[in-house]
Amino acid sequence: MNKGPHISIRPETLFSIGNFHVTNTYFTSLIVIACFVAIAIFYRSQIGKEKKPLFFYLIHFIFSGIYNFFQTVVGEKITYLFTLLGSLFLYILLLNWFGLLPGVGSVLVRVKEGHEYVLAPLLRGNTTDLNTTLALALVAFTATQYYGFKLLGPKEYLGKFFNFSSPIAIFTGLLELVSEFSRIISFAFRLFGNIFAGEVILVIIAFLVPILVSFPFFLLEIFVGFIQAFVFAMLTAVFINLAATKAH
Amino acid sequence: MSPEAVKLLATALAIGLGVIGPGIGIGIIGGKAVEAMGRNPEAESTIRNTMILGIVFAESLAIFALVIAFILRFI
Repeated sequence: MNKGPHISIRPETLFSIGNFHVTNTYFTSLIVIACFVAIAIFYRSQIGKEKKPLFFYLIHFIFSGIYNFFQTVVGEKITYLFTLLGSLFLYILLLNWFGLLPGVGSVLVRVKEGHEYVLAPLLRGNTTDLNTTLALALVAFTATQYYGFKLLGPKEYLGKFFNFSSPIAIFTGLLELVSEFSRIISFAFRLFGNIFAGEVILVIIAFLVPILVSFPFFLLEIFVGFIQAFVFAMLTAVFINLAATKAH
Repeated sequence: MSPEAVKLLATALAIGLGVIGPGIGIGIIGGKAVEAMGRNPEAESTIRNTMILGIVFAESLAIFALVIAFILRFI
């Protein structure tokens, strides 16, 4: 019998509605989306008022910091790319940091698995589920293709990948096409791998030494969560920029 | 050796050998970035962003090794 800490890649199913399994990571993502939407509605409702609360200025400071940073990466395209890049960054940041809150992963509920009852965490950090990171990677990938087609035009954008002017051009075009699709895998697994590895480290350290020692690892995880959210949004920006530049 | 022992050994070797290359790469990237910042302190923010991008690309190789280790361990 394995007495060590319980680690599973697969999210645990809490309950099922028909064929749809509500997992603990999905439940967490609903809470985070509620927070995200609440912040957005709050910001929108206060924007025209004469006297604004202090919290508005905090959010405004964060938004303008993100705006100014991505402006240095994508230039004047920021006017229509900011909604995508800013929400990717903030959403992933909230997901990563929500997984570090006390109670997430430690509050257990009894769920039915097959014919027996097992204990499963009620909440679990959403980016430790490969489904979420894959979905986010597909959003980034689709946005890259969309802006490539829109900003360059279909003929020129497809000409980057299917170029029949010389044998070498055919080969490099195919390589470009493969690397375009491999980005989905590297996007998804980078976010998943970093955050899941962090959760595993926290569990193992808390299992070995129960008090105090896991504190520096929590600080490290806060930093890693920020960096991964930043990197995800920045890579999306860089790839959109690459897709929108002419081939030479 | 029993199959479980081989599996554990394979997991440890996959991640242990897999992070050697990215470790060296990230070290070189960080060192060169500090060197560049020392030569041209005004360009610090651009150098930092480029450095983070480079580190991320080097790190994604380590992530692939991690994925292999996960597959060996849990599936």
